[in-house]
Amino acid sequence: MSEMALEVRNIVKRFPGVLANDHVNFSLRKGEVHALLGENGAGKTTLMNIIYGLYHPDEGDIFVDGQKVTIDSPHDAIRLGIGMVHQHFMLVPVFTVAENLILGAEPTKGWSLDLAAARKAVRRLSEQYGLEVDPDAVVEDLPVGVQQRVEILKALYREAKVLVLDEPTAVLTPQEVEELFVIMRQLTERGVSIIFITHKLKEVLAIADHITVMRRGKVVGTTTPAETSEQGLAAMMVGREVVLQVEKAPAQPADVVLEVRDLHVEDERGLLAVDGVNLEVRAGEILGVAGVQGNGQTELVEAITGLRHIRGGKVLLGGQAVPPRAPRFLIEHGMGHIPEDRQKHGLVLSYTIADNLVLCTYYKPPFAKGMQRNQAAVVENARRLVEQFDVRTPSIFTTAGSLSGGNQQKVIVAREFSRPLKLLVANQPTRGLDVGSIEYIHKRIIQMRDQGAAVLLVSAELDEIMSLADRIAVMYHGKIVAVLEAGKATRTELGLLMAGSQAAQPEAVQA
Amino acid sequence: MNTPASFANWKLFWKRWGIGLTTTAVVVAAILYYYARTPQVTEAVLASTLRQSVPLVLGALCGLMGERAAVINIGIEGQMLMAAFVAFLVNVYTGNLLLGVTAGILIGALLGLLLAFMSVTLKIDQIIGGTVINILAIGLTGYFYKVGLSAHGKLNPIPLGPLAKIPLIGPVLFDNPPITYASIILVFVVHYVLFYTPWGLRTRAVGEHPRAADTLGINVYLVRYVNVVVGGALAGLAGAYLSLEAVGSFERLMTNGRGFVALAVMIFGKWTPLGSWGAALLFGFATALQTQLQFGGKVNIPPQFIGMLPYLLTIIVLAGFVGRARPPAADGIPYEKEG
Repeated sequence: MSEMALEVRNIVKRFPGVLANDHVNFSLRKGEVHALLGENGAGKTTLMNIIYGLYHPDEGDIFVDGQKVTIDSPHDAIRLGIGMVHQHFMLVPVFTVAENLILGAEPTKGWSLDLAAARKAVRRLSEQYGLEVDPDAVVEDLPVGVQQRVEILKALYREAKVLVLDEPTAVLTPQEVEELFVIMRQLTERGVSIIFITHKLKEVLAIADHITVMRRGKVVGTTTPAETSEQGLAAMMVGREVVLQVEKAPAQPADVVLEVRDLHVEDERGLLAVDGVNLEVRAGEILGVAGVQGNGQTELVEAITGLRHIRGGKVLLGGQAVPPRAPRFLIEHGMGHIPEDRQKHGLVLSYTIADNLVLCTYYKPPFAKGMQRNQAAVVENARRLVEQFDVRTPSIFTTAGSLSGGNQQKVIVAREFSRPLKLLVANQPTRGLDVGSIEYIHKRIIQMRDQGAAVLLVSAELDEIMSLADRIAVMYHGKIVAVLEAGKATRTELGLLMAGSQAAQPEAVQA
Repeated sequence: MNTPASFANWKLFWKRWGIGLTTTAVVVAAILYYYARTPQVTEAVLASTLRQSVPLVLGALCGLMGERAAVINIGIEGQMLMAAFVAFLVNVYTGNLLLGVTAGILIGALLGLLLAFMSVTLKIDQIIGGTVINILAIGLTGYFYKVGLSAHGKLNPIPLGPLAKIPLIGPVLFDNPPITYASIILVFVVHYVLFYTPWGLRTRAVGEHPRAADTLGINVYLVRYVNVVVGGALAGLAGAYLSLEAVGSFERLMTNGRGFVALAVMIFGKWTPLGSWGAALLFGFATALQTQLQFGGKVNIPPQFIGMLPYLLTIIVLAGFVGRARPPAADGIPYEKEG
């Protein structure tokens, strides 16, 4: 018996052109929560995929419980007691909890599935680890937090002794995060060891016993919460001092730029996703829309930006009614949009950076000369913006698809901010970005506000909303349930509102 | 049990089974009414309904096994046609019916293997893969077919003892040739495998969320291969039915679109074996009725229009139901492993 549940030594993994893991060493003690912290592309996920048998390391050894092992597939990992909760849940939505639990390791009676045994297993594990869940519930009907519990149960059913949680808090409300932490504590008390992957510094300090920080494929160091601080961790992650608190002057709201009146919008399935929303955003202020993902924010933004059909209500831009589904009208009237999914709606991935930078303006001089493109102007424009917005790219003729997430986002920001904007709609502008890029984009958004643009910021990250917004609207089940002054709102209060708690709701609202 | 609970149970029961029960009652009533008036015609139409449904239900089972594992098979038509031809040829040259049927099943499975190779391994667009099979089958059977070949006998009805003597039910259900019996049994076998065995659970998981299945150590490719190949065998059986049981001979393009109607049947049956059986019977009935109307000679409609009946039904059903039925989430999407 070893004191270490899992150990990796000198792991090297190369991808074409990238050293994803460069002699990585990592030890997980039994019964501890060990946070693995790092920016995107630091090599955390690569390391976890190696441990879970999805990738093969080029060099190095893995030890489970002191024994050297080779892990060639998830099957091997499961057999060695390693369980993984992926960032995007690996649950079959139309299956019940019990069916998801047993998939791949089904109990049988003769040739038949033994679903009774499966239900019993769910109940037994639920009780044993305090993870309450109904075995017959269909997964797609469950809230995200409960789905996560099912994922954890799946690993426990396979008798996992080492549990890898890949960015588990990204999809949770603050309250659900608290609950998850309680569950994690219960698991470690019962001898499970947990690797907790994240880039959220507060959470690391709250839950981890040890913290290992990775940067550019290397382990920078291992520390404990007692020995470090948010500042210290951020510096380790990025390799330089980082300003975590956004500095901004008080807002000076002027005229109303965007007005949304009694807006009703349907989602893909024809269900009402936005249900009577009223909003007002003034020049020189940032209105933050907080809420757990999937409460209608996407549909709200798509309706405002002319990408989605409006079922009822009105959107007014500078007092002028917006014609239905008219992105060009909106662009020409000074709306900028940083879309939620930068790869799907923000960029044409197969186009060059230069072409992506003129997507909103290509048809106008100087980029068009009559029926022709003016290539010289396009190139000149791209050179200037890449420089100005610090896009790290080998060339302006590189395709957008080959850039990192942070640089893709910078291209979008550069394109939108290079036009005179009256209104900026930013949906999850920093999702999946590293600390350095987040800092940069936050600064730019504040700058935009200070130049007199109205900003509508939608984010599922409460920290982002709280540090940027001047007023905060909370969205829940397609409705704005509250609008608060940013300075006065507390995390707890916002968290409760986001979870739909009636108790925390002030009187109903007009933003 | 107390009253509110049993009342709630009753409501639930009605919600779940009400439509089915009502439909069954209406259908049974209609059958009895017509049986009382014209027993021979009713029996003939019903027996014909069952037999016409055989290739459709087998084709639908083939389609749904593939699609439950996320492989769309529009090559059913080609699989059936080729199997019908090969089964016929083997019978012609060996004189053996069983060998003929076996050859049909094998050739269907082989074409299934080809489809699986194209869509799972090569990740070719599945519609194109299926079309390749259809064109291949039309070309090969057309090229190698020689007029003048004749089969040695055909699969004849086997009455099941005293059961076959029951009025109405006997001649319709218990006096059928072997592949017709087999198709009914296979409906229940596929239903059982799909919903009550580990293999079925894995198949459905692979069709809904292959990556989830992969992370649990399930071999996504293997599951897809096996389902498509077994499905192909079923389509092959349908082909053998056409040449060696229904007709006793082979004609060019004798499948006559049944492989495509089978896909409609599958969708109408919501990707379930029992649902598909019901849908196949409905289509079988349309065909049987069409034949009866044409040759009964009582209706004054040009036969070309009556002949459209089954296809018209396909269009109506597809237009009305496709939107509402929910296919497996990963249907038609090739699976790429990470890393």
